[in-house]
Amino acid sequence: MDVSLLITCVVDVVAPDVAEAAVKLLRAAGCEVRVNLDQTCCGQPGWNAGFAEDAAAVARATLDALEADLDAGAEAIVVPAGSCATMVRIFWPELFEVVGDHEAAARARRVGEHTRELTEFLASRAGELPPLRLGRPVTMALHESCHMLRELRVTEAPRALADSVGGCETVTWSGSDRCCGFGGTFSVKLPEASVAMADEKLRALAAAEPPPEMLVGCDTSCLLHLQSRAEAVGNDIPVRHLAEVLAAALPPEEGPT
Amino acid sequence: MSGGHHLLPGTTLRQRTADAVANDRLRTNVARAVDRFSTHRVAGLAELDDADGLRRAARAAKQQVLADLPALLEQFADNVLALGGQVCWAPTAADARRYIVDVVARHGATRVAKSKSMATEEIDLNTALEAAGAEVTETDLGEWIIQLAGETPSHIIAPALHRDRHQIKDLFVDTVAAPLDLGTEPTELVRFARRRLRDVFLAAEVGITGANIAVAETGSIVLVTNEGNGRLVTALPRVHVAVLGMERLAADWAQADLLLALLARSATGQRLSSYTSVVTGVRGETELDGPDELHVVILDNGRSDLLAGEYHEMLGCIRCGACLNVCPVYRQTGGHAYGWVYPGPMGAVLTPLLAADQPEAAELAGASTLCGACMDACPVQIPLQDLLLSLRRRKAEHAGRTERAAWKAWSAAWSDPRRYRASTKAATWTRWATSLAGRLPVGRDWAQGRTLPRPAGERFRDRWKAGL
Repeated sequence: MDVSLLITCVVDVVAPDVAEAAVKLLRAAGCEVRVNLDQTCCGQPGWNAGFAEDAAAVARATLDALEADLDAGAEAIVVPAGSCATMVRIFWPELFEVVGDHEAAARARRVGEHTRELTEFLASRAGELPPLRLGRPVTMALHESCHMLRELRVTEAPRALADSVGGCETVTWSGSDRCCGFGGTFSVKLPEASVAMADEKLRALAAAEPPPEMLVGCDTSCLLHLQSRAEAVGNDIPVRHLAEVLAAALPPEEGPT
Repeated sequence: MSGGHHLLPGTTLRQRTADAVANDRLRTNVARAVDRFSTHRVAGLAELDDADGLRRAARAAKQQVLADLPALLEQFADNVLALGGQVCWAPTAADARRYIVDVVARHGATRVAKSKSMATEEIDLNTALEAAGAEVTETDLGEWIIQLAGETPSHIIAPALHRDRHQIKDLFVDTVAAPLDLGTEPTELVRFARRRLRDVFLAAEVGITGANIAVAETGSIVLVTNEGNGRLVTALPRVHVAVLGMERLAADWAQADLLLALLARSATGQRLSSYTSVVTGVRGETELDGPDELHVVILDNGRSDLLAGEYHEMLGCIRCGACLNVCPVYRQTGGHAYGWVYPGPMGAVLTPLLAADQPEAAELAGASTLCGACMDACPVQIPLQDLLLSLRRRKAEHAGRTERAAWKAWSAAWSDPRRYRASTKAATWTRWATSLAGRLPVGRDWAQGRTLPRPAGERFRDRWKAGL
């Protein structure tokens, strides 16, 4: 299957390992991966802040790139971030309608229909994936991010994939489905509330049984927020995107070096 | 829209939320209460065969009511009049206050008993009545507690949920001379309050309530309470004044039944609240209880302006509080941080709309991470997140030059692949981050208790170009 990767700006600049892991996983699941480097960002920061025109200008660049990939034969667009996948699939048509660009809205609907969050896509091709196994067993706590749960309604795939890794265990913890407090500009407009939300997540994590050795999730922005707070208070729990854990669990011969 | 309750003067949303989250006891109390409500709500809804079907039906019913609102209000008012009641159409908070102060003055009343009503909070009624010389007592336990504390409600159904029982005991000792050895068990606190409030019910000349639902076909007012105080306030005083937000109509009892099936369940998980009281007209000749005089104040206060526009769905709100209970922001801050009458997600939408004459109200739309938990919990499926986004767009039209310029710069850079590549080079990024942290509040505010994310040095696109 021919798939196009929407890198997302955060992953591109701050967490390139996540996209690299996504590429390995997609290839291991029998896909050919293309990346159109004319993509920039989905526009979500501006959209959520109320600056629709500015957001639409940014989103249009990425829409052009993804549409070109579909035209060139890509059958799916895969995104290693629930929140950017939500932006493309659910909010792009509305964004373009709001700014009066009906033509872009129609193109966005087509792109949206082909867009899948990474774990959602991988779970649909679980049969193609080789057995996953980590050298050392890891107990993980899964952060269930808001857009995955309540916009995309992807609730099972991340846990199913994590649980499919031999030697891995996911723990049940209180408030795993509660917002991390990032919320884009919310994190800088109301930083005290935002940090308090992250703190509650980190406290719940510390109280989980068995104690998780790692925090994993499917949205780098949430994970960066939690990690930034954890680091600031001297909490050194490793934070990883689920794709990184899964890619590390691929058989050695499956992953290109 | 004018002359109602004022936003906390001289404060910003950020200051208020910062103060709230610094109060550990408040956060503990709020989290404990909302967790209990939410757990019960989920269990209560799980008893229904098809809770989501019921929610869809309730949403459709509310939307139909809003579409027919002028006619339904006329029908309701005609029925109230036919049942011996009187109706006041109040375009503004000031009109409502003036009418009610007149009613109280006309009867020479000095003692007023109230049951819980957010509409009367919205019009800041108590202040007006007290200024006119009446002694006003809130008879809902939570409302009485915050009245004694000189506070406003921090939650729309549990106004004192930010206080724990030890604080409440101390408050009773300090303000109403409760014995020092009063226990802190809820039953003891309630017993004390009940004795005190009993005298209030018996002495009150005027009783004031809100209205959870007004039923157009019979001219009835439905009051949903757990303490029976609504019933006493409407049965004992000779005069009953009900303040009705004009959108709280049901066309008929079938619709009222539908809303009642969801209201208590969504609020507290109860199938029905302990008391569901129906007031239909003044006391009849053969009836023992009820008022000789009934006044229904139909409050507009900005609602008509919403009816025809893109925010009309917000008028479907049945004030159950479910969105507050699941909101991760409310959980940290409680209700006072929102600064006006209605807190939580519904308040973040309603405040900029109903307090639009106060410029500080617009920033309330920012009091959300857009996590969507509120929309999932809303029994009438109000698209709260979409409404918040729309309010943010409205606010952005009046944004200051700095904020506007920042978004323009972002948009100019990232709407073009070449400029995106230039702007995300590690060196550029570091320069940006440094200058952001120094010059703009963005970096500084992120750095409040968080480390700054570091660029990876090599972007994914560089690796891809180099061959993966």
